[in-house]
Amino acid sequence: MNPEAKKTLRRLVIAVPLMFAFGFALVPLYNVFCEVTGINGKVFQSDNAEKLVIEDGRPLGLQFISTNNENMPWTFKPSEDVMTISTGKYYTATFYVKNTTNKTMTAQAVPSVAPSNAAAHLKKLECFCFEQQELKPGEDALLPVRLLVSDELPENIENIILSYTIFDVTEYDDEAVAQHMHEEHHEMEH
Amino acid sequence: MSAVIENHHDDHHHGPAKGLTRWLYTTNHKDIGTLYLWFSFAMFLIGGAMALVIRAELFQPGMQIVEPEFYNQMITLHGLIMIFGGVMPAFVGLANWLVPMMIGAPDMALPRMNNLSFWILPFAFFILLSSLFMDGGAPNFGWTFYAPLSTTYAPPSVTFFIFSVHIMGASSIMGAINVVVTIMNMRAPGVTLMKMPLFVWSWLITAYLLIAVMPVLAGAVTMMLMDIHFGTSFFNAAGGGDPVLFQHIFWFFGHPEVYIMILPAFGIVSHIIETFSRKQLFGYSSMVWAMLSIAILSFVVWAHHMFTVGLPLAAELFFMWATMLIAVPTGVKVFNWVATMFKGSLTFETPMLFAIAFVVLFTIGGLSGLMLAIVPADFQYHDTYFVVAHFHYVLVPGAIFSIMAAVYYWIPKWSGNMYDERLGKLHFWLSFIGVNVTFFPQHFIGLAGMPRRYPDYALQFADWNMVSSVGAFLFGVSQILFLFIVVKTVMGGKKATDQVWEGARGLEWTVASPAPYHTFTTPPKVD
Ligand code: HEM
Ligand SMILES: [Cu+2]
Repeated sequence: MNPEAKKTLRRLVIAVPLMFAFGFALVPLYNVFCEVTGINGKVFQSDNAEKLVIEDGRPLGLQFISTNNENMPWTFKPSEDVMTISTGKYYTATFYVKNTTNKTMTAQAVPSVAPSNAAAHLKKLECFCFEQQELKPGEDALLPVRLLVSDELPENIENIILSYTIFDVTEYDDEAVAQHMHEEHHEMEH
Repeated sequence: MSAVIENHHDDHHHGPAKGLTRWLYTTNHKDIGTLYLWFSFAMFLIGGAMALVIRAELFQPGMQIVEPEFYNQMITLHGLIMIFGGVMPAFVGLANWLVPMMIGAPDMALPRMNNLSFWILPFAFFILLSSLFMDGGAPNFGWTFYAPLSTTYAPPSVTFFIFSVHIMGASSIMGAINVVVTIMNMRAPGVTLMKMPLFVWSWLITAYLLIAVMPVLAGAVTMMLMDIHFGTSFFNAAGGGDPVLFQHIFWFFGHPEVYIMILPAFGIVSHIIETFSRKQLFGYSSMVWAMLSIAILSFVVWAHHMFTVGLPLAAELFFMWATMLIAVPTGVKVFNWVATMFKGSLTFETPMLFAIAFVVLFTIGGLSGLMLAIVPADFQYHDTYFVVAHFHYVLVPGAIFSIMAAVYYWIPKWSGNMYDERLGKLHFWLSFIGVNVTFFPQHFIGLAGMPRRYPDYALQFADWNMVSSVGAFLFGVSQILFLFIVVKTVMGGKKATDQVWEGARGLEWTVASPAPYHTFTTPPKVD
């Protein structure tokens, strides 16, 4: 094979792992992209609380939705379904959870905002979705989310829906998995 | 590598080895081309049988023949086998046969890798098909294998599916690398880039697309594998992952993939229309530019498959316009084909019939694609039979008709014998009627709201589904005739001349018919 052909071959062979890596690079790129543009309905913790102007804003409906992921038996619901709020002010809403099973479980709530272009303007100072919740059998709790909708919210949006889906992540926590396997040996078989 | 070439030099004056080992050890581009083509034909029949199971179930509303679980396995395997086992290997087979002869090269640049890239394919499909007999059945999540359906909720055989996709990917990547190295370095003196036959151009571009996106597909299935077995959460929302991310990665591969399945068809059809119009192809360089721009644009339109996942408005608009932009170079190509035929001395041998049907029916598929590209319309059409009609129009009378056209066009060169023109025409008309009766009604039931991928449907869709099923069986049975015609031609028939077709141009028509085992061991003179 002539040297030119070898060069072509070498370039192509290098391109393959690079494109493979590119596939994986799409994962962080995607998350950064969503965070920067505030799309995907994902809400990230805001760190610029002091920069937010607090003044009288316009009124707005804020609606809460809770969903249980398929295999999640807990009770999970917002304390209030709807709140009337005004932009530029802080509010605290709470969600009620109860572990209705007879084993200790860990949960993770994943938020989503509709319409999606409101997500960038919904700032959360504090949210139970930033961490996991572990509840003992029968234990319950009120989980707070402290939020503000900025004044820059597009004019045409009059209602925002903040929804949470709660997942059972007991298995994802190494320690809990070990404990789980110990106690619920037969459970693991399916 | 040089050792390979030297070995190869040694047997220049020998014919092929005898017996089965000829096929197992062969590094000859013509042998490997033949292997690819027969393999893809076998897959076409298996995938086709699965399609007939689907259409038999949909013949009437209600559940008649198969269980819903099995139905899901059929739609999944049908799609995977037709794409990765039928269309793609057929094009690789054609590239093997034709690219070296068209550019005046003695063989592919990497003959041993060529052998490897073919022989791993049967294993991939053996693994995939054997999943039918595993606990929990074969993959049942559709050819697009969206997570978490294909991870959290998948049958255990998904691991074998992932492994087989890895092998198919490796095979395609090796094949593509081989094509690029061959085209870039082994052209006979005088065959400059802008003098290359369009089939060679189309494959050069296709090969680059393959090298760019097959590794991304491999990455996607690897992430699935890790989510399933190693506790990662790429696509699992509970662990911080995102199912929508799966769709982005998949379609970043998936949209260029659909062009991988159509660009070589563009090349084939250009040659055939030129030959049977007895005129020079209209707009050669615009054809090249059109293919290049289609290939580049294909990287920025992927989210038109995802209009309903909740993209922000700006993204919907961007992907809508980018998708529509592709219609421009596509339109240029259709225009050039028609312009080539305009005032030509046309004759309508079987390859030409398939090529003309390609132009007309592919255009119908392109137009339904344009309808789907309109975001608000797609909200309505997405995941209905309208999408099924769209992609079958571009793939069956598109990609597959072009492959059949290519077989009729070049088989006299491959076998030395002419096929039976009467039977060829019969095969064409049966296929043409079959394909339209099958897929045209699917536009109607799709617009009326019938969702895809269900084994049952509401009563108002019954009539057109029955028509569609009748067409599918007609099309399926006609392919047995195709098999018969090909076997008959290989066994004997009227001897072909070297040029075969009156209007044929190009280096492959300058060698004897059948093409000798080794061609262009000394480069031809090209002006
Ligand atoms: C003018 C050119 C084309 C346009 C504008 C176009 C547009 C589209 C759009 C918008 C969709 C998504 C529909 C939905 O899921 O709601 C789609 C689906 C599809 N297209 Fe095209 N398309 C074009 C050409 C092609 C070609 C040439 C091929 C293949 C050879 C192709 C194969 C497919 C396939 C396989 C799907 C469905 C994938 C799936 O969901 O299973 N398209 N097309
Ligand atoms: Cu696409």
